[in-house]
Amino acid sequence: MNTATTICAIATAPGMGAIAVIRLSGTATFDILSKVFKKGKRSVIWDDVPPYSMLYGSLYDGTTLIDDVVVGIFKGGKSYTGEDTAEISCHGSVYIQQRIIDLLLQNGATLAGPGEFSMRAFANGKMDLSQAEAVADLIFSESAAAHNVAIQQMRGGFSKRLQELREKLINFVALIELELDFGEEDVEFANRTELQDLLQAISAEVKKLAASFQLGNAIKNGLPVAIVGPPNAGKSTLLNALLQEDKALVSDIAGTTRDAIEDEITLEGVRFRFIDTAGIRETTDVVENMGIQKTYAKIKEAAIALLLFDASDTENHAAILETFQALQAAATDTTFILVANKIDRATAFDWQPWTALSPHRVTISALAQTGLDELTTALVAGSGLQHWQQADIIVSNSRHKQALLAALAALQATEEGITQGLSGDLLAFHLRDALKSLGEITGHIDVDRDILGTIFGKFCIGK
Amino acid sequence: MKHSNKYDVIVVGGGHAGCEAAYAAGKMGANTLLVTMNMQAIGQMSCNPAMGGVAKGQIVREIDALGGMSGIVTDETMIQFRMLNRSKGPAMWSPRAQSDRMLFAEKWRLVLESNPNVDFYQEMITSLIVEQGRVIGVNTALGIPFYAKAVVLTNGTFLNGLIHIGEQNYGGGRMGERGATGITEQLNALGFESGRMKTGTPPRVDGRSLDYSKFEEQFGDAQPSKFSYTPTRPLAKQRSCWITYTNPEVHDLLREGFDRSPMFNGAIQSTGPRYCPSIEDKINRFADKDRHQIFVEPEGWNTVEMYINGFSTSLPHDVQLKAIQSIPGFANAKIFRPGYAIEYDYFPPTQIKHTLETKLVTGLYFAGQINGTTGYEEAACQGLMAGINAALQVFERPAFILDRSEAYIGVLIDDLITKGTEEPYRMFTSRAEFRLLLRQDNADQRLTPKGVALGLADESRMLRLEEKLNKIAKLNSDLTQLSVEPSEVNDLLDRVSSSPIKQRSKAVALVSRPQLNLRQLNEVATIADVLQADDYSEEEIDQVEIAIKYAGYIEREQQNVDKMVRLQELAIPEQFDYQKVKGLSTESRQKFEKIRPTTLSQASRISGVSPADLNVLLIYLGR
Repeated sequence: MNTATTICAIATAPGMGAIAVIRLSGTATFDILSKVFKKGKRSVIWDDVPPYSMLYGSLYDGTTLIDDVVVGIFKGGKSYTGEDTAEISCHGSVYIQQRIIDLLLQNGATLAGPGEFSMRAFANGKMDLSQAEAVADLIFSESAAAHNVAIQQMRGGFSKRLQELREKLINFVALIELELDFGEEDVEFANRTELQDLLQAISAEVKKLAASFQLGNAIKNGLPVAIVGPPNAGKSTLLNALLQEDKALVSDIAGTTRDAIEDEITLEGVRFRFIDTAGIRETTDVVENMGIQKTYAKIKEAAIALLLFDASDTENHAAILETFQALQAAATDTTFILVANKIDRATAFDWQPWTALSPHRVTISALAQTGLDELTTALVAGSGLQHWQQADIIVSNSRHKQALLAALAALQATEEGITQGLSGDLLAFHLRDALKSLGEITGHIDVDRDILGTIFGKFCIGK
Repeated sequence: MKHSNKYDVIVVGGGHAGCEAAYAAGKMGANTLLVTMNMQAIGQMSCNPAMGGVAKGQIVREIDALGGMSGIVTDETMIQFRMLNRSKGPAMWSPRAQSDRMLFAEKWRLVLESNPNVDFYQEMITSLIVEQGRVIGVNTALGIPFYAKAVVLTNGTFLNGLIHIGEQNYGGGRMGERGATGITEQLNALGFESGRMKTGTPPRVDGRSLDYSKFEEQFGDAQPSKFSYTPTRPLAKQRSCWITYTNPEVHDLLREGFDRSPMFNGAIQSTGPRYCPSIEDKINRFADKDRHQIFVEPEGWNTVEMYINGFSTSLPHDVQLKAIQSIPGFANAKIFRPGYAIEYDYFPPTQIKHTLETKLVTGLYFAGQINGTTGYEEAACQGLMAGINAALQVFERPAFILDRSEAYIGVLIDDLITKGTEEPYRMFTSRAEFRLLLRQDNADQRLTPKGVALGLADESRMLRLEEKLNKIAKLNSDLTQLSVEPSEVNDLLDRVSSSPIKQRSKAVALVSRPQLNLRQLNEVATIADVLQADDYSEEEIDQVEIAIKYAGYIEREQQNVDKMVRLQELAIPEQFDYQKVKGLSTESRQKFEKIRPTTLSQASRISGVSPADLNVLLIYLGR
């Protein structure tokens, strides 16, 4: 990373808004501003401007006025990045934003890479690594739930949970090391069953944290949903109907407009990603031909599958049911929601034959837009995210997940070792692996302070 | 002819560190002077009459493998030997010996006297002669200067030593010996930071006044091993130690004296070790424990004096006596020497380099308690390393540094200079991240070639090592090639509750089973043939077994070492300017500036340095 450059980027969401903010950070911030910013007709003596002040003025490209702007000044390391920084609030048109960026680039700034402001903040000691990563997540998070995860991680919820875990693990390692270094001492050693129990509790905790990655990832990237059904079941009508639901909600939450993304829909703050619409279209043929092999892969990938069919098409129901059963048997981890479409055209639809397939059943008319609230509720319920409470910790960073999984593997090796009667020095070998992995997130585990300190605090050691 | 007051190396102090330092420097060809305040006290065991123990025993083996003398001196003067932690895996096996205190000191003195490069002088050193940041000699109390190119300070507890018994205290370096003054003050003036530490020792009693029927007897090993890789002889007969326990009555009597205890009335302010607490500290901190173990250790083959291990105290003499007489078996105990606490100066070891040379004064080396350590073994290995490096500097040869993956000695020194120490530092196996590699059985393989290259260990050690390695290789390869039939072993497997084999199987596969060892497999005729193909020693058989049983672990540990070595290769320039690294937290910057880590690996071990700071440093170092 080259910190000698001065970087700039649009800080607000892409697209047209009332105003936009462009951020400039680095040692040349004020040199660059001097070349383009005037207060009235005069240049600004930047040394005389106190930190945290706002200056109203104009941006010029040579003599051409670009925009009237307000510039926020951050000096002496007291900024987000820890460098001299200016935040230029300009008018929100995409053209103006682009023009200003070009202007800054012409005058010596370089375009910031993704997350570079945060990396500088990290490099300047403004945040720790796990905070920096959470900020990066925050930048890329768009739904309310993802925002919560990122905010919580940043405030240290995750760190706190890990801290507790670290504490437990240190206590456990202390018990093992006690036997090794102080085997000659007159102290009581934990028996193997006790150790086994302790270790299982710790493993369960790590497992829970690591598993929450699945959830955290879903929140960040959208929960994959597959829509499966025979032709003319109404798949694209349904997708369009759901998209309309989403638009209303999006403008409510973010207060910004954006182009509708064809296959990503945010419902009640949870983002759903409808996987590979082409694939969904493809499934039509596949279902028709009863050759469902390709569909299996799609469905296994999905957290939720909407099994969509025409409620009025009664003569094909038996064949459809059979297909759905085959799909379900192949993808046991996927939540299935049965969706009977075109209910307004069905004369006497009965769920009875379908009940064994899934407890989640909704009748809708995508065209008449009825039953969509129920479907939304079923989707959100199927996501499992409505159970997600503020207090729960969700890991959404893959580095953390890798470390947790490595720790888990080491803990499991320890557990196996205890069962096999492995000697203490080898148990300790696995435990050190676990401590090291956890330490990659929480910081080093110091043998003297943490492990020996725990032993001397708890046991009367020494002749 | 040698000039009477000019030397290559001067060693100040004749304890464990001083003896090893003087021996090593002399052995490597340096004209060496050992200056001590009392020549009767060379090689004195100031505390318990024992060498080795968990982690410490490994250090003695390492000293021996390098060519130091602590192992040989111990072997020739021990009265009991035990291999501790036998049940806990080979990395944990730790030799420990009870020594004859008087013989031990005598043997050390004879070892040094037989080294023609070592001279002696009895006198207190009051100051160093330092010119332009370089030490060039020492001044004695009588004003006699001695000059040298390097000086090793091994002052033990003598620098401004202050002995406490109850409410009395007086200056002294050890009971019955005066303390040393002047050096701390001079070093402070030169810019060294110093601190105070505290340690203690228990009373010694008359063995004739004890009732042994009240004790448990603790025997030495039935087949005692030894410390040295040289052909010293294991013990034919041994003396036992004895175990007894304190009780609530003893604790009450001790508590009555707390108001007169220097530990509790504020007379002692300095830090003592957490793991070697005085008896008053134990009953104070662990009030719910109603008994503490006491070891009664003989001080030698013939003497009646007994060392009361576990009863370290600085309570008034009358309290000591009353309390000790309430211990079962001690009703009529006579105290020969009361227990006492001692405070002394040390120099926080972040002020020295990996060579043990001080950062401030060229040619000046510190070893032992002056660096904030405790223990004979810890002191001895530092003395050895300081003596080696002092000699190397004199001969303008490259410095000798042991890595954390090579020896406990490397771990100890790196810990000291990287983290400093707040309390007397003692070695524990848990401090070594590569514990599985740093075993007592392979210290010769790790270190003897280095010792020979230094000119410290004799060539004969190398020949012995080579022969051992050849035999190990042969046994290993014979076993690898051997397969056994189910009918040969299933009987044995059944007896040790290991699942039977169904077809012809590799012998090594059987050895690697946790329930089995090579000695048991000796009853299988084909395996016995292999084991008896040569006159394999116990140690050689152990080594082959370890290599087979722990192959997977040893390989993974080696991979961990390789990872560390890669970080080790990221050198930080000696004059690196941390001020220009803007991203560092103030705390880390201060620590880096103080400790001046030589590699990123060392930087990562400084306590309180966050991964973020290391990343910043990594970025600035241009990787």
